[in-house]
Amino acid sequence: MANRIVIDPITRIEGHLRIEVEVKDGKVVDAYSSGTMVRGFEIILKGRDPRDAWAFVERACGVCTTVHALASVRAVEDAVKIVVPPNAELIRNLMFCAQYMQDHVVHFYHLHALDWVDVVSALKANPNETSKIAQSISNYPKSSPAYFSDLQKRLTTFVNSGQLGIFANGYWGHKAYKLPPEVNLIGVAHYLEALEWQKEIVKIHTIFGGKNPHPNYLVGGVPCAINIDDANALNAERLAYVGTLLAEAKEFIEQVYIPDLLAVAPYYLDWGGIGGGLENYLAYGDLPTNGYADVAKFKFPRGAVIGRNLNEVQEVDGKDAEQIQEYISHSWYEYSDGDDKGKHPWVGETKFNYTGPKPPYDQLNVDQKYSWLKTPRWKGQAMEVGPLARVLVAYASGSTEVKDLVGFALGKLNVPAAALFSTLGRTAARGLETMLVSGWSKEFYDQLLANIKNGDTRTFNNSNWEPSSWPKDAKGVGLTEAPRGALAHWIVIKDEKIDNYQLVVPSTWNASPRDPKGQMSAYESSLIGTPVADPEKPLEILRTIHSFDPCLACAVHLYDEKGTYVHQVQTF
Amino acid sequence: MEQKPLTIYENMQLRGYSRRDFLKFASWLAAFIGIEASGVGNIVRAMENKPRLPVVWFHFQECTCCSESFIRSSHPIVSDIILDKISLDYTETLQAAAGKQAEEALNETMKKYRGEYLMLVEGSIPTDDDGIYCCIGGRSALDIVKEAASGAKAIVAWGSCASNGCIQSSKPNPTGATPIHKIISGVPIINVPGCPPIGEVMAGTIVHLLAFDRIPQLDGLGRPKAFYSRRVHDTCYRRPNYDAGLFVESFDDENAKRGYCLYKMGCRGPVTYNSCGVIKWNNGVSYPIQSGHGCIGCSEANFWDNGPFYQHLASFPGFGIETTADTIGVVVGAATVAGIAAHAVSTNIKKRKMINQAINDTNSSTEKEEVKK
Repeated sequence: MANRIVIDPITRIEGHLRIEVEVKDGKVVDAYSSGTMVRGFEIILKGRDPRDAWAFVERACGVCTTVHALASVRAVEDAVKIVVPPNAELIRNLMFCAQYMQDHVVHFYHLHALDWVDVVSALKANPNETSKIAQSISNYPKSSPAYFSDLQKRLTTFVNSGQLGIFANGYWGHKAYKLPPEVNLIGVAHYLEALEWQKEIVKIHTIFGGKNPHPNYLVGGVPCAINIDDANALNAERLAYVGTLLAEAKEFIEQVYIPDLLAVAPYYLDWGGIGGGLENYLAYGDLPTNGYADVAKFKFPRGAVIGRNLNEVQEVDGKDAEQIQEYISHSWYEYSDGDDKGKHPWVGETKFNYTGPKPPYDQLNVDQKYSWLKTPRWKGQAMEVGPLARVLVAYASGSTEVKDLVGFALGKLNVPAAALFSTLGRTAARGLETMLVSGWSKEFYDQLLANIKNGDTRTFNNSNWEPSSWPKDAKGVGLTEAPRGALAHWIVIKDEKIDNYQLVVPSTWNASPRDPKGQMSAYESSLIGTPVADPEKPLEILRTIHSFDPCLACAVHLYDEKGTYVHQVQTF
Repeated sequence: MEQKPLTIYENMQLRGYSRRDFLKFASWLAAFIGIEASGVGNIVRAMENKPRLPVVWFHFQECTCCSESFIRSSHPIVSDIILDKISLDYTETLQAAAGKQAEEALNETMKKYRGEYLMLVEGSIPTDDDGIYCCIGGRSALDIVKEAASGAKAIVAWGSCASNGCIQSSKPNPTGATPIHKIISGVPIINVPGCPPIGEVMAGTIVHLLAFDRIPQLDGLGRPKAFYSRRVHDTCYRRPNYDAGLFVESFDDENAKRGYCLYKMGCRGPVTYNSCGVIKWNNGVSYPIQSGHGCIGCSEANFWDNGPFYQHLASFPGFGIETTADTIGVVVGAATVAGIAAHAVSTNIKKRKMINQAINDTNSSTEKEEVKK
């Protein structure tokens, strides 16, 4: 008899996620993933000025802030034929890189680390030993015995206060924790260091976009002007500030994040064989080096890897009505021509249909509809998106940079390439791409400076800014790679206003319910076979789910509360 | 481990800070919050004697930008102190425990510290259709918020979602998204709007509660006066350009490159109360206008429905003259022909007179309002 475990709320994520699993003989045999919150962005956007859309959709997520704004301005620019100046592309790239570095580090230390690091065990660490280990893996200056001793005292005081705060009720002492106390202490130390550092790197957003979270974007370019001879625009001081932040970020990633990743992984190599799930990977790619139109010159390539075949990359086209489609057979919506058909986002049709239990409830009826997330498919297939998908698509596309880095990590951990397709592989891929991004950001920065030196200070293309210059009907798609994976927005513009707007976001790909054929999406699939030592403390489930870096707020679609599809909204 | 929780001062001592450091911090805190030197003693006493305040942080219809902004709070010792000083017993974003264990931590705090815990809310509450649009642990947000509020000492409504409904409550509000103050009564509620609020404003609000054990002075909309009593327009470093009639006409034009006023690009600074021009963002690095984009008014109720962002305000309260911004543009154009120096002088003098008149009118009407209160 299988045992049903419900974890709700899944914490250390963004948004509201519920996981229900069936456990038999100590292993997960069935799994269901449900998004339990909905806001209704797409309906709210109808009838509004397309140039405003970036600000609305940016609020889809405050953790991966910026990425929705970028997808949105690209969708509008695609629809009304605007090409942004090279400097705007570079500044967008720099903001993209800053977001990756901040988000991945925060994920590793603040959202994921406590699945691997036992905070309470760190109390037993020997500070001298800890210092030796720290110095053997990195030249990060904060590694003296006194540093670790002070930290340990602080931690002891904290635990002895009886008020454990965010660490209360953790699965401390769980036998799945394998790190020696000294490595746990390093983990806790860097948890706090990373918390300090993450607020620095985002200042790149503040310089270019005025604030973080939720910096400003602009259809046609970026809002910040360049004038090296004025105090009120990007000048040498502002640019030097960016340069310094990038250099510090690179240091932190190379001296703290990557060494920690490589120090923790050897204790959990069995997780290189757990949590693999789907065998298909999708990446839209990003970081243009020759304009957004030139996909072949993206740093992260676009494509799909099917059946883990790294010898072939299939072409992905966001505009092809047959490629990307959304299903709702297990989602609380209904389609006019039957719930079993898929719909391309440009013709995305949505009608709300909540059939779940009335709260309070104990279990969802997983045979029927059980989530606010729709279920996207690429050519009918379930795809994993995210850092692992990006790394695999780049690897299969023949990127030497990626191949070298992956080879280095596999060699260092002494594991076969198959270990990539796992919970551990996902977490490692995130670290590896952070290294790549920190290196690329310097290239973009140098290019921006070179452009300015050569006299190009343009950051905005005014040509089609006025809606009166647009065609009566237009549609576009904006593709990007959010830290959590492939992200795209589809827009239909009619009479200068938004007629339809659809977001298909990374967590929709990964966290969605089953499709009409019963195929699982990535979360559910990856949980099958996961060991659960203690059903009361399902730490192992959290490990695999967190390896995707769930981010749910943007994954849910929204519609009219009475089930009617509102076609036109009077907003002004 | 039923032992007396450590006070803030004890915590700092254990972390190696000296008494001198502690007093310095207390003085800095006083300055930060804006109280006079004679009040520093109160802060010192409060921090020497207070255990860590139990705090529960809820997430409903939101995007977590408030949590993210909170951890951006920059003043070095403050972010440490906040971590060490409050006991954050429930927060879906950061806490180690999940599922049942997370719910247990929440329930224990609500029971053990009934009437004493601080409740922080991020996100609005969907009230339509039995609350099915936001469920946690199988319960509706509405149910959870009512239960938690009944034992809270005070509630802080983080961000525009919790304090005025924000984006999901904009037209047509598909889920019945509602701010906290329209659901809960009988418990003090502090609204800290913004999308998100500035990190230091969030930290400052918490510090105020802890250090003084009292609710900060609030304005008529429940916002701390310390952070929301000034219009962005009045504290904007580009204000002199506005006064002089110097406006950006298009993004990245020559005027944008000189940092002229963004009023004509739709800036909502004139109708937005926030600290962006004073505290700025991310430890004072910049704020939207400084980085070339108009304010979108994210701390004001209904800002999503106040017209397209790039359409300039026709007029705004207190100043009748703004309706003439286009006219001023024409004046500028004409003056430019006559000579830049001449135009600057003439527009400045002309405008200054108009502005002074308007300010006097506004002041006298504001005073009258305050007398009424």
